[in-house]
Amino acid sequence: MAQANDHSARAAHDHGHQPPIRLYLVVWAWLFVLSTFSYLVDYLQFQGYLRWGLILLFMLLKAGLIIAIFMHMAWERLSLIYAILLPPAVVFVFLGIMIFESNYTLFTRLAFFATAP
Amino acid sequence: MARSDIADATVADSRPTRWRSIVTDWASDQRTFKQVSWGKAMMWIFLLSDTFIFSCFLLSYMTVRMSTTVPWPEPSQVFALHLFGRNIPLILIAIMTFVLITSSGTMAMAVNFAYRRDRRKTAILMLVTALLGAAFVGMQAFEWTKLIEEGVRPWENPWGAPQFGSTFFMITGFHGTHVTFGVIFLLIVARKVWRGDFDTGRRGYFTSRSGNYETVEITGLYWHFVDLVWVFIFAFFYLW
Repeated sequence: MAQANDHSARAAHDHGHQPPIRLYLVVWAWLFVLSTFSYLVDYLQFQGYLRWGLILLFMLLKAGLIIAIFMHMAWERLSLIYAILLPPAVVFVFLGIMIFESNYTLFTRLAFFATAP
Repeated sequence: MARSDIADATVADSRPTRWRSIVTDWASDQRTFKQVSWGKAMMWIFLLSDTFIFSCFLLSYMTVRMSTTVPWPEPSQVFALHLFGRNIPLILIAIMTFVLITSSGTMAMAVNFAYRRDRRKTAILMLVTALLGAAFVGMQAFEWTKLIEEGVRPWENPWGAPQFGSTFFMITGFHGTHVTFGVIFLLIVARKVWRGDFDTGRRGYFTSRSGNYETVEITGLYWHFVDLVWVFIFAFFYLW
């Protein structure tokens, strides 16, 4: 019983602050706009660093909006935020390793296997 | 009682500075994630592990694409649809993206109404979310059918590097599976909300425990994550 009271008190405390529906509609509209922009990157046939830069920019903005607002990360305690958002950073180490590995594989293929068909 | 007073005092003390709050949370006894239910913490940790799975998929895709000597098929052309008498690049993928984003929006609003104890609106919004999710899976099935008919296989395709097929089927297949399971979870939780399980304290079939409206938020976390993964797949697989 005490536990139930504690729980409902905590729930009331946590969820007393609910963002207005308007905020979700604004984020939704932004996600639409950003998705349209990323689609236009392809439609307008941007190439090279401009293309990759814009794709990454729109991707990160969309991901940030989804995590912060839709997943309520902006209202969580810092200890949870860091526990969830920091570990994926090690993926960048893996990314670096695999870029190195891919370049090496490509080099060996070009140097030893690539014969004109 | 005294103990919870102390705990509350610790929580209150940890408010002022950012770093102090992290240190006190992680250094405290009993629980690190204060004011976060175990269900929500576990969902976040599951999503973290899922992040690593999709990261590995996308990294393996990057590796085969970077290391192949054969040109990579042009996604813009591969995923074009012939509509209104001309080829529109990536149009189906764009529609799928908008559908999934819309479903995320309706889900976020469902969570909001759940905490306002508005059962009717919560259940309806969750059903709309599930419907949009099902539409997404349907479009994906259409896309798979089209590509398979055009000769795409995990080991070959008519346009270039054979790895295109294997990475495509693996990444979109795994994501589509996630969406499918999400739809099932949404329907189950929507039914509970509709029936008023979280108000009457009705016990769950599998857990024998009574749930509460936070279940809607936890289901929402999973659903938003599926949308989040699609953001990365859209950027790296379809646009790059």
